[in-house]
Amino acid sequence: MPKTLFDKLWSNHEVTQLADGSSLLYIDRVFMHERTGSIALTSLAENGRQVRNPAHVFCAMDHIIDTFPGRGDQTLMPGGTEFITTTRATTRQAGIRLFDVNDPDQGISHLISAEQGITLPGFTVVCPDSHTCTLGALGAFAWGIGSSDCEQVLATETLRSQKPKQMRVRFDGELNPGVTAKDLILFLISQYGANGGNRMVIEFCGTTIDQLSMEARFTLCNMATEFSAFTALIAPDNTTIDYVRGRTFAPADNHLEASITSWRSLHTEQDATFEQEIVVDVTTIVPMVSWGTSPEHSVRVDAPMPQLDSDSQEAQDKLKAMRYMGFEPGQVLLGTAIQGAFIGSCTNGRLSDLQAAANVLKGRHVDPGVTAICTPGSQQVKRRAEALGLDKVFIAAGFEWREPGCSLCFYAGGEGFSAGQRVMSTTNRNFEGRQGRGARTHIASPIMVAAAAIAGKITDCREFL
Amino acid sequence: MNKFTSHSGIATPMLGDNIDTDQIIPSREMKRVSKVGLADGLFSGQRYLYEGNQKIGANPDFILNQAPYENTSILLSGKNFGCGSSREHAVWALAEYGFKAIIAQSYGEIFFNNALRNGLLPIVLGEAEIAQLAASSSDLTTVTINLRELTVSGNGGSPISFQLETYYQEMLLNGWDFIDLALQFTDQLDDFAKQDRKKRPWAYLSATD
Repeated sequence: MPKTLFDKLWSNHEVTQLADGSSLLYIDRVFMHERTGSIALTSLAENGRQVRNPAHVFCAMDHIIDTFPGRGDQTLMPGGTEFITTTRATTRQAGIRLFDVNDPDQGISHLISAEQGITLPGFTVVCPDSHTCTLGALGAFAWGIGSSDCEQVLATETLRSQKPKQMRVRFDGELNPGVTAKDLILFLISQYGANGGNRMVIEFCGTTIDQLSMEARFTLCNMATEFSAFTALIAPDNTTIDYVRGRTFAPADNHLEASITSWRSLHTEQDATFEQEIVVDVTTIVPMVSWGTSPEHSVRVDAPMPQLDSDSQEAQDKLKAMRYMGFEPGQVLLGTAIQGAFIGSCTNGRLSDLQAAANVLKGRHVDPGVTAICTPGSQQVKRRAEALGLDKVFIAAGFEWREPGCSLCFYAGGEGFSAGQRVMSTTNRNFEGRQGRGARTHIASPIMVAAAAIAGKITDCREFL
Repeated sequence: MNKFTSHSGIATPMLGDNIDTDQIIPSREMKRVSKVGLADGLFSGQRYLYEGNQKIGANPDFILNQAPYENTSILLSGKNFGCGSSREHAVWALAEYGFKAIIAQSYGEIFFNNALRNGLLPIVLGEAEIAQLAASSSDLTTVTINLRELTVSGNGGSPISFQLETYYQEMLLNGWDFIDLALQFTDQLDDFAKQDRKKRPWAYLSATD
């Protein structure tokens, strides 16, 4: 029977099949961070268990640390320092490579896992963080787990799972001006719902995907979790192989040829079947922005938010979201004043994201009513951006230029926006209170956020191109 | 892990879709490197009244602050309950507060696994069945769950069947530990790794790399 990419990843890691048809899978890499990793390591030690293979386990400081210049172990997060110091102590004791607060390679775990070549095509990778699906862009089976599952992988290098169902989403066509990978995924979620991925493993493919840079592919796969997918995948191609080569933990020269041959076999065979298939014509997509409190509450920037003409549960949920966001049914988002702008996160904290935003910001200034913050996703991104002078563009435009971390995506570092403040954000979740109690988050691409910061209101980024 | 065999309790209807783990417990409520001490943070965005960021009392409009739901132990919800962040704190907070089971149309995948790992039973039922349970619980009645029979019944109602992987059912009924079970396969894992290392030598790092 013709195999899918995912079938191959699955069978390549099957240690054994259990009586009930589930499988015990070998896990190549574990990545942790100081919020949930510290709990997993502490609990493992309390139960008298060892990390089975510390060389395959990595940890980053990203979730609790703050992003102010000159930072250390202190953070505004109540109790935050304990997470940082416990993570340092427990990883050291277990012999795990930690990307510490001011390590020259520190950053958001999903960024540095790729930058360092820790996640490679064909790997199984888990991390106690839902956005681990980001790394599926490399053709790795990477997914988010809880702390207890993380403990199990640390102790046993395995996880038991029933094989998830599979979906293929094909994006075909050329991107319109101002449209990015962020708009593709917001469009998909807005059309099929936040539950649309239905716990399936999704393979993204199509002529649009073939043309996307590696960084854009990470953005696309990053929000598979907002689509309720088990995870996302993109088959490795030349773009992938060029990206991976030469990275710190990538295969050494003596294994290079064999590894590339192996990676090229990781694709879906013709006539392989999926539980569900979706085809998207990207020529119909324009820049997107969210209006509500779920990523499915997203519309094209020039469209009104929905009218609510029933009292169904869905209509009630939407009305609740509109009330929280300070909107009425049918209202248009364009022209709505904002008080905050945030560029960063595991979704859009990469060099190409900062470059795209800087192109809009160059020679312009942020509206005086807007607090604007840019947090590069990693030290490597920050260094490369500074080498290109992007920091000067952001700062001249009135943005704060921060140290890498998860930052204002979710109150990391104990920092949030205030109740009622409206924020344009390149992050992945517009949940109630996500960026601060009562704060109103609109998620969009870096170009959209930069344009809104300049205008002081939600605006169509195409006017700035 | 704690055993789960059967349970009866007051069910709280919170029937919206996509109740995410940031709502269940916001980031700012996870203050310790610990699986305990989280119940006060449960649903804190809606559960309390605030002045600035200071809690100044219970929000009387929030269902868990209303009789009889302050003694609840079962939560009824809609689609995609527990979506979003992987934080297991959401499950720890629900369990510490006193919840024994959630009944929803579907779950965030990671939340579902986290719940099972902690003996909080995530039951999947259809929209109409959940609406029926919600209607019976509003008459101050209780919902009864029987894990051995895989049934749920509202007060006086006939039992409704639900599905759960046999693996998880046995795990919960016996209170088995997931890690102990996985450790039984260490020999198979050693064999696998030996073969796999020949095929993918670049995947195996040594401690000095």
